[in-house]
Amino acid sequence: MTTLLQRVSGAVLAVLSRAVTGVRPIWAGAAPRGRQRIYFANHASHGDFILVSTCLPPAERARTAAVAGADYWNAGPVRRFIAGRLLRTVLVERNWVERTADPMQVMLGALDAGQSLIFFPEGTRNMGEAPLLRFRSGLYNLAAARPDVELVPCWIENMSRVLPKGALLPVPLLCRVVFGAPMALEAGEDRKAFLDRARQALLALAPKRDGNG
Amino acid sequence: MNDDTTRLFLGLVTVLATASLVAGVLSRRAAKPLPSTLENLNARIKAWWIMVAGISVAFLFGTGGVVLLFAFVSFAALREYVTLTNTRRADRWTLLGMFLVVIPVQYYLIWIDWYGLYSIFVPVYCFLAMPALTAIRGDTSRFLERVSEQQWGIMLSVYCISHVPALVTLPIPGNEGRGLLLIAFLIATVQGSDVLQYIFGKLFGRHKVAPTVSPSKTWEGLIGGIASASLLGAGLWWLTPFSPVEAGTLAALASVMGFFGGLVASAIKRDRGVKDWGHMIEGHGGMLDRADSLVFAAPVFFHIVRYAWT
Repeated sequence: MTTLLQRVSGAVLAVLSRAVTGVRPIWAGAAPRGRQRIYFANHASHGDFILVSTCLPPAERARTAAVAGADYWNAGPVRRFIAGRLLRTVLVERNWVERTADPMQVMLGALDAGQSLIFFPEGTRNMGEAPLLRFRSGLYNLAAARPDVELVPCWIENMSRVLPKGALLPVPLLCRVVFGAPMALEAGEDRKAFLDRARQALLALAPKRDGNG
Repeated sequence: MNDDTTRLFLGLVTVLATASLVAGVLSRRAAKPLPSTLENLNARIKAWWIMVAGISVAFLFGTGGVVLLFAFVSFAALREYVTLTNTRRADRWTLLGMFLVVIPVQYYLIWIDWYGLYSIFVPVYCFLAMPALTAIRGDTSRFLERVSEQQWGIMLSVYCISHVPALVTLPIPGNEGRGLLLIAFLIATVQGSDVLQYIFGKLFGRHKVAPTVSPSKTWEGLIGGIASASLLGAGLWWLTPFSPVEAGTLAALASVMGFFGGLVASAIKRDRGVKDWGHMIEGHGGMLDRADSLVFAAPVFFHIVRYAWT
């Protein structure tokens, strides 16, 4: 399922992102133990999912794909090549009007094929001052449809300073990814309550001093 | 030079092997799980083996190897430093310039031995160019703070550290071809002083030097460490163009500067609410945790030697 090119580029990106950011994982919850997972993370930079996948052990990395916006990654041949050939991505269409495939079906298909996912529940890159935007309902829908999959919050620290939107060259700064304890949808929990709980679980992993200080 | 290099290398291996042996015996006798001090000691000794191996490889490649090694030390140190500073979007070009221009240019100038420029490149040209670049970008919020933090960052991480490899360029009469050994002398005495201050502090430490800055720095550790590091320096006089007394005096001076370097680094870390600069060197923390004493010692040592011996 993973092509050789994807394996090689994954390994190269892991070496590069370690060289630039010295990234290290903090397993505050539980390290991967073979169960399928959805890693949900804060999102402010294109480097985010590279950082998360760099932190994963090679076997887990090989079966983990990032959920990304098809409207962005299918615009132009370069982006299409990066998202389709170099990286392991699951592209979903965010535009309700023009879309041809239901994002839920695409993501569930990937899960049913045995993949783990890196998922950004804010739905877009956060460009503001707030640490975390409101969660869209995608995470809840996934949790409700596939209750066996572990939901792991991952707080990505500093990547937005390394490679903010529109930047080509990364500034070398130390990054960490804090992986929290796996969570799941509880019986009778409604959408809003679950999304609030997931958002709080992610925020709880953020460092106490303000991210910029 | 070959005989002395071999002797130095064998000496280092002996010291490390002894340390590993002692720590191994202590670990075997101690109750399991190991107390954290012992665990940390084991990690530190292991990291020392790796660091000594790295420095030895750099020495094998001569001046070029040592220049590259310290350019890498500067990169790692600057990365740790900048991570803890306040940066804004508008600082991007300045920050990229610090890594992609300042470090390569400074070490290139040392490589081609252009003393007149490498001694002023950072404190004159960079210090003027960086705020100018930041001002052009137009964001004036906390301007003075941002500019000062960036300048102090390249001062510590690039300019000061680059004076270690610069020692090799000093034209000391009678010391031709032995510049690398002078570097080895500085590193051995400063790092030795760190270790000795740590040991004396652990054994006899009672009275804290600056309790609000660092709980681990004591007068007993400081005095015992510097006195023994001076003896160590005097004992290593054969690496240098100095007499034993001169070598001991310079070692004492480097140790005192090294102490101040560690103290200043502790103050910065305390201000930013972190315990270590990073995690690059297991048991020690980040690159700056290991290099902070060298940062303060290197330029002072360099200029005294340059003034009095060339």
